Amino acid sequence: MGVLENKFQDNVIVASLDKLLGWARSTSPWYFQFGLACCAIEMMASAASRHDLERIGMMPRSSPRQADVMIVAGTVTMKMALRVKKLYEQMADPKYVISMGSCATSGGPYWQHGYHVLKGVDLVVPVDVYVPGCPPRPEALIEGLLKLQEKIQTERPLTRKIA
Amino acid sequence: MTSAEIKAAIESQFPGTIVEREDLADHQVELKGDQWLDIATFLKNDPNLSFDQLECLTGVDTGEEGPLETRYNLHSMEHRHKIEVIISHDRENPKVGSIEQLWRIGDWFERETYDMYGIVYEGHRDMRRILCPDDWEGWPLRKDYEGQESYHGIVVPKMKEEDGWE
Repeated sequence: MGVLENKFQDNVIVASLDKLLGWARSTSPWYFQFGLACCAIEMMASAASRHDLERIGMMPRSSPRQADVMIVAGTVTMKMALRVKKLYEQMADPKYVISMGSCATSGGPYWQHGYHVLKGVDLVVPVDVYVPGCPPRPEALIEGLLKLQEKIQTERPLTRKIA
Repeated sequence: MTSAEIKAAIESQFPGTIVEREDLADHQVELKGDQWLDIATFLKNDPNLSFDQLECLTGVDTGEEGPLETRYNLHSMEHRHKIEVIISHDRENPKVGSIEQLWRIGDWFERETYDMYGIVYEGHRDMRRILCPDDWEGWPLRKDYEGQESYHGIVVPKMKEEDGWE
């Protein structure tokens, strides 16, 4: 940001580089490989050969340090909530969160009597895309991932944000 | 052996330990808790009884007025007979001797029952919670349990059944 500032007469080149970076980032968001409940089965199905997430550039990483996207797939218990938060903090910027399924979004079937279930993962980490379903089909998850890619594409990492 | 013969064997070895109850099924027997470890050792080691398998150990909350119960489902591989032993606990101070070293499966069973009902098994070598976090408050499967309002700063929204959102 600082490097490119005032180096050009106008902003045309900076804006293009922004787009290039947005395109590059959005087409390879590596996701963090962990599952909490039955939604993880659908996430695995999305990654397997029939739906093949790698064709949209998504690849599972086993370490939060190497991941860009955290897919919270399943019921988040209170015990796990603290760990999910810690894992999110360990991820490098820019980082995104997808809340997959009813449980991660709102507590789902455990909303009323689930004494130990976190009522929505957005209480501990900021969520970018919510994918509804119980569990969502791989098509629904892929739709959510494409939405996230659209969102990443519109970001302008080199442009200074005006508050 | 039939259930009646098993009960008679307990009665002859440990007189006065069987609690009379009308509402129990044929294979169930309620015992007093103070001699439980001796009775359990007898049930396991006596060649005629030989209960070598603890199928299940669970807790029961019988309601606001009633006591807490621990239920042991015992089975004998050798004689193919079974019995369910019930031990009642005082609600304020529930405790009973641990059978963890007698049937090793009882280790996690007792920890889970402790986790959910707060029944303390005396003599257990590792009496900690097993599912809930160590700093959890309350005993979740008791009928008078109220959920926590927050846990490590995470707010737990509550919904009352009549009033809708709270």
